[in-house]
Amino acid sequence: MSEKLNSKIPEGPLSEKWTKHKTQIRVVSPANKLKLDIIVVGTGLGGASAAAALGELGYNVKVFCISDSPRRAHSIAAQGGINAAKNYPNDNDSVYRLFYDTIKGGDYRSREGNVYRLAEVSNNIIDLCVAQGVPFAREYGGLLDNRSFGGSQVSRTFYARGQTGQQLLLGAYAALNRQINLGSVQSYNRREMLDVVLIDGEAKGIIVRNLVTGEIERYGAHAVVIATGGYGNVFFLSTNAMNSNGSSIWQCYKKGAFFGNPSFAQIHPTCIPVHGEQQSKLTLMSESLRNDGRIWVPKRKEDVEKLRSKKILASQIPEEDRDYYLERRYPAFGNLVPRDVASRAAKERCDAGYGVNETGLAVFLDFKSSIARLGKGVIEERYGNLFQMYEKITDVNPYEEPMMIYPAIHYTMGGLWVDYNLQTTITGLYSIGEANFSDHGGNRLGASALMQGLADGYFILPYTIGDYLAQKIQSPKTDINHPAFDEAEKAVKEKIAKLFSVKGSNPVDYFHKKLGHIMWDYVGMARDEIGLQGAIEKIAALKEEFWKDVYVPGDAGELNQEIEKALRVADFIEMGELMARDALLRKESCGGHFREEMQTEDGETKRDDENFMYVSCWEYAGENKTDIIHKETLQYEFVKIASRNYKD
Amino acid sequence: MDFILKVWRQKSAREKGSFESYQIKDISPDTSFLEMMDILNDQLIRSGVDPVSVEKGCKGSSDPVAFDHDCREGICGMCSLYINGRAHGPDDDITTCQLHMRKFKDGETITIEPWRSAGMPVIKDLIVDRNALDKILQAGGYVSVNTGGVPDANTIPVPRDQAEDSMDAASCVGCGACIATCKNGSAMLFVSARVSSLALLPQGKIEAARRVKAMVAKMDELGFGACTNTRACEMECPKSISVTHIARMNREFLLAKLKD
Repeated sequence: MSEKLNSKIPEGPLSEKWTKHKTQIRVVSPANKLKLDIIVVGTGLGGASAAAALGELGYNVKVFCISDSPRRAHSIAAQGGINAAKNYPNDNDSVYRLFYDTIKGGDYRSREGNVYRLAEVSNNIIDLCVAQGVPFAREYGGLLDNRSFGGSQVSRTFYARGQTGQQLLLGAYAALNRQINLGSVQSYNRREMLDVVLIDGEAKGIIVRNLVTGEIERYGAHAVVIATGGYGNVFFLSTNAMNSNGSSIWQCYKKGAFFGNPSFAQIHPTCIPVHGEQQSKLTLMSESLRNDGRIWVPKRKEDVEKLRSKKILASQIPEEDRDYYLERRYPAFGNLVPRDVASRAAKERCDAGYGVNETGLAVFLDFKSSIARLGKGVIEERYGNLFQMYEKITDVNPYEEPMMIYPAIHYTMGGLWVDYNLQTTITGLYSIGEANFSDHGGNRLGASALMQGLADGYFILPYTIGDYLAQKIQSPKTDINHPAFDEAEKAVKEKIAKLFSVKGSNPVDYFHKKLGHIMWDYVGMARDEIGLQGAIEKIAALKEEFWKDVYVPGDAGELNQEIEKALRVADFIEMGELMARDALLRKESCGGHFREEMQTEDGETKRDDENFMYVSCWEYAGENKTDIIHKETLQYEFVKIASRNYKD
Repeated sequence: MDFILKVWRQKSAREKGSFESYQIKDISPDTSFLEMMDILNDQLIRSGVDPVSVEKGCKGSSDPVAFDHDCREGICGMCSLYINGRAHGPDDDITTCQLHMRKFKDGETITIEPWRSAGMPVIKDLIVDRNALDKILQAGGYVSVNTGGVPDANTIPVPRDQAEDSMDAASCVGCGACIATCKNGSAMLFVSARVSSLALLPQGKIEAARRVKAMVAKMDELGFGACTNTRACEMECPKSISVTHIARMNREFLLAKLKD
């Protein structure tokens, strides 16, 4: 193991680790906090909550976002809810159970210490959000309501209709606005981070492009926090927002931060199916729909044919001719199996020829029995906005005909490697939320991303970053005229100039779509050795083609969305290659990573704990050199390792 | 489907803009409006690929159209197109990204403009500056609590209907359609949605008076117009936010002022 890979998990019993750690880390006095600067990149749940909480503590915070307002960050699109171990429904939930479900849901590829801490602070998040005025759903008695999510047998998900991410982000954004108003946080909108600046091996600033003027700007600080989300857009088509990208974490990687588990990407089972090559993005239908919706395909191929040729409607197929395949295969969890399991089961049925639309890549999500049981009104109350969204996109009324859904790329569990303090392998560089790799192992459970983003931002980072900054109270402000800034700025400008100078014959999107096809076909839901090897070659060829044939119109010194995209896609191509390498090396199936060679007789994932119970931590070796892998071995002291069973 | 697109082109905030027309062909009715814009841009970029035409000075017209967009599922509030004289185009209760080409007639001429309002100046083509909206919220659109030290979430019960009303107001995506639609360029629906959603909850009630005064003062300072109750904002709001929130804000404001 590389000596940089010290996870710093505190010793002692699981339930005492975080408490003990907090007593042992240093704190910074209020007067000294005023002298310390922190840069936060990204304003989703992680970034906005961290910036707000750090501002409240008295640090000087600079926060950056690529949109015109922090409120646009993609956390806003999270629909279903946020988990917490409140046990309000009295169904025997506990911090331990939330911890256990998360570790098991992640297929035993995450750290016990981190995940326990996440479960531990989950309750504080709900308390804080309520105090901020987040309008969570309530019972008639005025108390908070809960619903169920995949991978769990209790109801622990708090929600605000199908717009929970929006409401939590507006809460964090409001807390951020308050700090901006008080002057402790400065906000920089329409800025994109293009590099991290290291001085004597420590992160001391960033280089950004002002997306309105095209100017390259420098900002310095005592520490830098990366909260820029995941890199699911490597696949071109995903549920991520169009501007979500992996460039900030990729620049950190190239400056020496290790990349944890790059191949771990989550494929969400319930998205609206692809309609054609012109499609720009996939829309998620919340997992919460699986509370009341039942997933099925026809039992008989004749019915499939009739559906495809539009001779019959789904609602005309009688009960006895429907195969509720999740209920059939996983009686204990039924429609609420984890996302990776549900996605693969849908693929299995479609591969077997039971896909219900023209492309053969769709299954039904049906509310008929719930509407009959609860009435249309209740369903409308619970999911009204999602049903409306579905109808607007597909022109089909889901109260009458079942929804058609198919899996799509949704989330990346992999990300910058961080220790227990959320610090990367670069001193002074921290990473939180989806941008880091830490809590979800091989598969993230539904309603846990919001929990992690806010846990990191509100309750963990503000403590742990203090431990580092306590050593910096004597350090002067970072000088942005330092040669390290000159060098980083020069490199960024050269890269931009190089992209313009190619003057090839295809727009950026052409290459992005091509990359997406390679990734989805070979590094997607099912992976195998030959496919992955081929993908690595194809991506290398694509990289060459991109740098020879891309056409970026316009100039650098103006608002230019094509150069923005070109910079991102150049990085996505390189990230895609690393993902394929990581997937190739991990010759086991776990969570969302499914290697065809490694499956049980009934098609379930087959882990290889003996050889792969580790986090793969990649180190950048330099241009045109093969990245180096290090391994952080995972120790399970408290949980008994078992194969995941959602059948009984 | 084929269309003629009449698109507002403006190089920067300082320069004058004008309409340019483009032809676009073979669009599937299931294509979303923004995907249609992607196709237009692909066409424009490819027409500029020919280096001869670039050198002849044709570059300006082949630059892709700049427009704001992000989530493409109707929640981030980034997209902001004024289509055929309506904010977010000819369908109700949606943002531009949720609009599909099946809502248009084959062969139709479609006029595409940016939001036009004094409070939201054009930056380029169809992109406008909405910083003023952030500034209004920064003036007071929050509950003044710090992280930590808050009571258990179930300590204060909130009547369900009140929580639902608050949620209705809180569903504002901050796109600015209400302002772009209002003949006075008023931001009342936007501001009142935030004021109302917080004032309806016991947690937000405590500083309701302070909040409404600060936000209204900021709104006035930034030059947004007055409300003359035409209710056009409500008609075009993609989230169907009701003008009753404006009434609630006026009441809150009056009460706050009376106490001064």
